[in-house]
Amino acid sequence: MTSTVSTSEKVGESSGARGQDVDRTTPLLSVRDLQVHFPLKRGFIVQREVARVKAVDGVSFDIYPGETLGLVGESGSGKTTAAKAVVQLNKPGNGSVKFEGQELVGLSTSAMRPVRRKMGMVFQDPYGSLNPRMRAGDIVGEPLKVHGLADTKEAYREQVASLMTTVGLSPAMAERYPNEFSGGQRQRLGVARAIAARPSLLILDESVSALDVSIQAQILNLLQDLQEKYNLAYLFIAHDLSVVRHISHRVAVMYLGKIVETADAKDLYERPLHPYTQALLSAIPTPNPVHERSRERIILRGDLPSPLAPPPGCSFSTRCPIATDICSQTVPELKTLAPNQQAACHLATSV
Amino acid sequence: MSTQIESLTASPGSPKRKVSPLQYPAVVWQFIRRWPVIPVGILATLVFLAVFADFVATHDPNDQNLRSNLARPAWDNDYYENDRVGSKIETRHLLGADKFGRDVFSRVVFGTRVSLSVALVSMISGTILGAWAGIMTGYYGGLFDELMTRFVDVWNALPFLLIALVVSITVGQSVTVMIVLLIMLTWVGLVRNVRAEVLSLKTRDYIAASRIAGASDLRIMYKHIMPGITNLLLVLASLRVGGLILTAASLSFLGIGIPSRIPSWGAMISDGRDTLDEAWWISFFPGLGIFLTVMSMNFLGDWIRDRTDPRLRQLQD
Repeated sequence: MTSTVSTSEKVGESSGARGQDVDRTTPLLSVRDLQVHFPLKRGFIVQREVARVKAVDGVSFDIYPGETLGLVGESGSGKTTAAKAVVQLNKPGNGSVKFEGQELVGLSTSAMRPVRRKMGMVFQDPYGSLNPRMRAGDIVGEPLKVHGLADTKEAYREQVASLMTTVGLSPAMAERYPNEFSGGQRQRLGVARAIAARPSLLILDESVSALDVSIQAQILNLLQDLQEKYNLAYLFIAHDLSVVRHISHRVAVMYLGKIVETADAKDLYERPLHPYTQALLSAIPTPNPVHERSRERIILRGDLPSPLAPPPGCSFSTRCPIATDICSQTVPELKTLAPNQQAACHLATSV
Repeated sequence: MSTQIESLTASPGSPKRKVSPLQYPAVVWQFIRRWPVIPVGILATLVFLAVFADFVATHDPNDQNLRSNLARPAWDNDYYENDRVGSKIETRHLLGADKFGRDVFSRVVFGTRVSLSVALVSMISGTILGAWAGIMTGYYGGLFDELMTRFVDVWNALPFLLIALVVSITVGQSVTVMIVLLIMLTWVGLVRNVRAEVLSLKTRDYIAASRIAGASDLRIMYKHIMPGITNLLLVLASLRVGGLILTAASLSFLGIGIPSRIPSWGAMISDGRDTLDEAWWISFFPGLGIFLTVMSMNFLGDWIRDRTDPRLRQLQD
């Protein structure tokens, strides 16, 4: 395990995740035009739809084996909804989610089960994501039981013990209940459960956001170690941009249910093309006080518009500092403006 | 506070911490405050009576002896031997006898068996049924939930006594009918509570994690939902037993519950009604049984509720 990386180092550090270059020939996960709409219903017994919350509105991305895709955006931009749609927790209304070439949208629960073995998810809240009435060992071993991966009780106990060791916990802790663990230990349990069935994709839904900075670094290092060891692909959701920069190969920026910019981590942080990305990046504090004082910040006014009534044209046009007439009229498409870098903005120019 | 707790945990006379004999009442009082000693003691006694009724009872509960007609309780009566040549030796009626000369004590003891088993069976079945309905409606939601919730509303609006009356007149009186009626009364009250709890449990991340791991609905319900509502069920059930015993007694009192040949508390109260001014003991002792059972169950239920609520538990400890 590498030495603990503090956030201050992370910001100064060059972008991009550890490890070898990712082989980008066949995607592990391929999401195309994913839409998750929540209908707002009114009425007694017979309900009619009065409005539609477009939580995720046409999101597309690819994740390659062993790659980390960072998904960033402010609260309510649809990151978590998109992630849950990928693992079919929310049924997507439209679009396609292909995992290892297999279409997941519309699969029945039983047809989905073998696929679930290859996916894991780590949640934000280390307290709510572990059943308080189950022993740690049973929590970690649940995927093993569901998929029948341990033939005997002995094998089951051994596998649980090795999982606990993998995430840096003592196998003896398997007998304890979640409330006897600290936040960081609980998150390690969450990681152990997620990797129990040897998946190839992990969804990390704000998995380090609720932790202390020092614990964050430990969990991030653990995740990177696991990625190297098992060639795991990560969909890493966060709102801490420096954490995302530290761990991601590629980054996608979401705004109001849409991806507004996607690029390699290094390119995105050095040369953001979309005005929203620029504003987001300008909000990262730097640990150097002299630099911090003189730093130029783009302050966005107002809040995220309601996804019930998104603005016409570009959804960012209401808060964009450089918006012109065209922005409130036509919806911008994602355009390739630089190698491996796409942005959905009328005014962004290619490099 | 800390000395209080230590004096509680240290047994009197232990070498480490001597409790002076003057402190014994305080220690005992603390113990009683902390643990439901009295309700459990009363209930244990009643259960003992119910189980060993055949050995405890001094008479056959249905044995009529007209010479003991309205005999006073033992402490208030001089029983006599051989008042007439050839007559049997009069055995004492501990708690008196009713108008047919049946021994009240024996009838109360056998009534305990009937009343407790009716309450227990209907409570357990009603809880299982209510928990099932609550889990199903809460977990699956949708149209089933809508229909079930409305059904529960309608059910709650039905006049229970009237229905019980009609059922026992058309079907006939028996212990089984009585239990079925009580189950019908009790299960609906659980549905809403359980449903609300399941709705809140369903959104927890660990349920989502289980689903992502590929767990089936059945497994999620069994492994994650059920353990989450056991405390609630325990509290609801224990708080409801008292009401069930009262209802059973009311039905028997109205003459539509348990058939009169089987001794039951409600029917005994009803029996003593006509002679209440001269023979209070016929109604009083079964009434005392009902009172003690219901009170103990309510206290025990309160205690379980307080113990299982982590916030209250912390305050107590």
